Amino acid sequence: MIRLRKLARAASLLTTPLAPEDILSLFNPVFSARQLRGVVTRVVPETADSATIFFRPGRGWQAHRAGQWARIGVELNGVRHWRSYSLSAPAGEDPAITVTDMGAVSATLVRTTKPGDVLFLAPPQGDFVLPEHPRPLLMLTAGSGITPVMSMIRTLVPRRPDADVVLIHTARTPADAIFREELAELADQFPNFKVTHWFSGERGRLDFGSAAELDLLCPDWRDRAAYACGPAGFLDDAEALWESEAAADPSRTALESTVPAATLTIERFSTSLAGGEGHDGGLVTFEASDREVEADGATTLLDVGEDAGVLMPSGCRMGICHSCLTPLRAGQVRDLRTGEVHGEPGQLIQTCVSAAAGPVNLDL
Amino acid sequence: MTTLADKPQTAVKKRPGALAETGSPLLRPPAAAHLSDEQVAELGRELDAIKDEILAKRGADDAAYIRRMIKIQRGLEISGRAALLVSKNKAAWVTGTSLLSLAKILENMELGHNILHGQWDWMRDPDIHSTTWEWDFVTPARSWQHTHNDLHHRWTNVVGKDNDIGYNLLRMDPQQEWKPFNLGNPLYNALLAPVFEWGIAVYDLELVEYREGKKSKEALVKDLKALGRKALKQFTKDYAATPAVAMLTGSGKQALYGTLTANAIRNVWAHAVIFCGHFPDGTDTFTEEMVDGETRGDWYVRQMIGSANISGSKFMHLMTGNLSHQIEHHLFPDLPSNRYAEVAPKVQDICRRYGLPYTTGPLLKQVGSTWGKIFKLALPPKKA
Repeated sequence: MIRLRKLARAASLLTTPLAPEDILSLFNPVFSARQLRGVVTRVVPETADSATIFFRPGRGWQAHRAGQWARIGVELNGVRHWRSYSLSAPAGEDPAITVTDMGAVSATLVRTTKPGDVLFLAPPQGDFVLPEHPRPLLMLTAGSGITPVMSMIRTLVPRRPDADVVLIHTARTPADAIFREELAELADQFPNFKVTHWFSGERGRLDFGSAAELDLLCPDWRDRAAYACGPAGFLDDAEALWESEAAADPSRTALESTVPAATLTIERFSTSLAGGEGHDGGLVTFEASDREVEADGATTLLDVGEDAGVLMPSGCRMGICHSCLTPLRAGQVRDLRTGEVHGEPGQLIQTCVSAAAGPVNLDL
Repeated sequence: MTTLADKPQTAVKKRPGALAETGSPLLRPPAAAHLSDEQVAELGRELDAIKDEILAKRGADDAAYIRRMIKIQRGLEISGRAALLVSKNKAAWVTGTSLLSLAKILENMELGHNILHGQWDWMRDPDIHSTTWEWDFVTPARSWQHTHNDLHHRWTNVVGKDNDIGYNLLRMDPQQEWKPFNLGNPLYNALLAPVFEWGIAVYDLELVEYREGKKSKEALVKDLKALGRKALKQFTKDYAATPAVAMLTGSGKQALYGTLTANAIRNVWAHAVIFCGHFPDGTDTFTEEMVDGETRGDWYVRQMIGSANISGSKFMHLMTGNLSHQIEHHLFPDLPSNRYAEVAPKVQDICRRYGLPYTTGPLLKQVGSTWGKIFKLALPPKKA
């Protein structure tokens, strides 16, 4: 490895101002001195609207933990777009993402990706991961929310004889349910893994308004560590149910009981960004890039910068991963989740959930 | 954008470019004196519309174009350098030197110049971006971006503001005061051409600004250090590393001559193309009065009548980095270069309809015209 680096440094004497990788990329597209890339090795259709994309990452990728996500860069009409996708492959195996067509970027991935294509990557991250110690688990998923949970199930169920997992997955119809066959096979093979599919097209939405339905589907749910992933409404309802249960039964809070609390771990896919509606924006200056843009009060600074061709760092685009942190030089911003206005010089702001509240000067 | 000036902006540094849509400068240049304020504003709207049309079309094909050019350039570069490694063989020397010259020209003109203008920033690809690109030219990209993008493109041909008029070395405009030093005009230019990249590197240090107190010592030291680092790398690559590897085949000396020749060919070519941009007959220069109160339309007018195109084949356009479409480039410095050719007839039509000059001609004619000016302005103005 060290010898390789020395060799690269020697070679760069001949290639400057380019890096040796820039020349090597003529022959192998995963080589880059500047950004991690992967080559698509296989594309497997899952449902009519979803597909699993396997890829071989270049140097700099780290093996993922089950449940983590990665930022994936895709080109749409020549323009690079970044989105975060959960990895569906089990830990320890080649990475793969399972993508459901929900917008322009995911549609491109699902419909047009083919082996040999290059994906731009950032290493996996996220703390929606399996507990450190073995515990009975309850997985609640809706729609494409199955993706990170599938990685957990594939990692845990076949490898751990003591695994005890209940999965309740809701989809609109059987045809929309991703991984349905594989889940059924796993349930046949491993008695400690139970799957319930809830088809909302037939039975209506799974109701978390009270514990009644959950009591029927998984009577011992209160004793399980729960993981939930799905649309915002689904997660909000689940959160409310767990909170009301905890309030109703104070003996079960972690402090007072030796029995572990019924924890709920949540992975969100989107955030409501309505906090800036009706407010004025301002002139946004990207200092290092020397760009000025007039922005309204409801558009994120991330979108404003990207549209102006500024290289904006970005990640989850919903205010949780902090990949987009950018130093504020002057001005104030509005947090679009809450509507709160804040900002002082030097503060790191999350551009993906912040809009201009008056003139803003960013160190980018 | 007119409202921008009205808003309080204490914390935000004002950027150039936010020009008024209506109004007029203190003085309109003679070539545009026949136009009314309303006509100039309308001309501005027409050019804005041309730009918007291209922006709407810009996409995957353009991205594929620049990536193809980058591949071709890198292919030429490595094959040229590889051939020079065995350049004891005469055919290899000629091949290597030619390929490397082509590679350097393509890199500086179609890639470097245009990428550093931000023409490809819209792709959001950090490998092809104005803030990350570094070029095969002695002057560091960031220094050049300042004197070129910020100063030259903003103050195009305004005497006293645009130092590109003669690069502080040559007398290129009758408004510049004649000094006995200017007698050497043609000599300086002839000497500058083969070492053009070093000339630009020194120019980008802005020594005149430093002497006049407009540039701080810290800034100069910083630029000097950046230049030192860059120059060392460039020098090492072409004049030490490449000949050193070539010595393995006994071709060290030949390889050195090859890289020297390739750099000189690129320098002479770049010098010729760049001098054809604003110096041939028919291009106008401007006074500071003419930019005082300049509107968006007037800015466009100044770019058009202050620049000159070069006519020729597709290959010639490519080798000039599409600076042969200097007029279009100065109107829309950040449109992708591959789009200038399709914009050109529309711009020419606008010039015709508004009675403005649109200067163009074949390379040799434009080069001759530039040299004519260099000789003429070496002499003091005739007393009336």
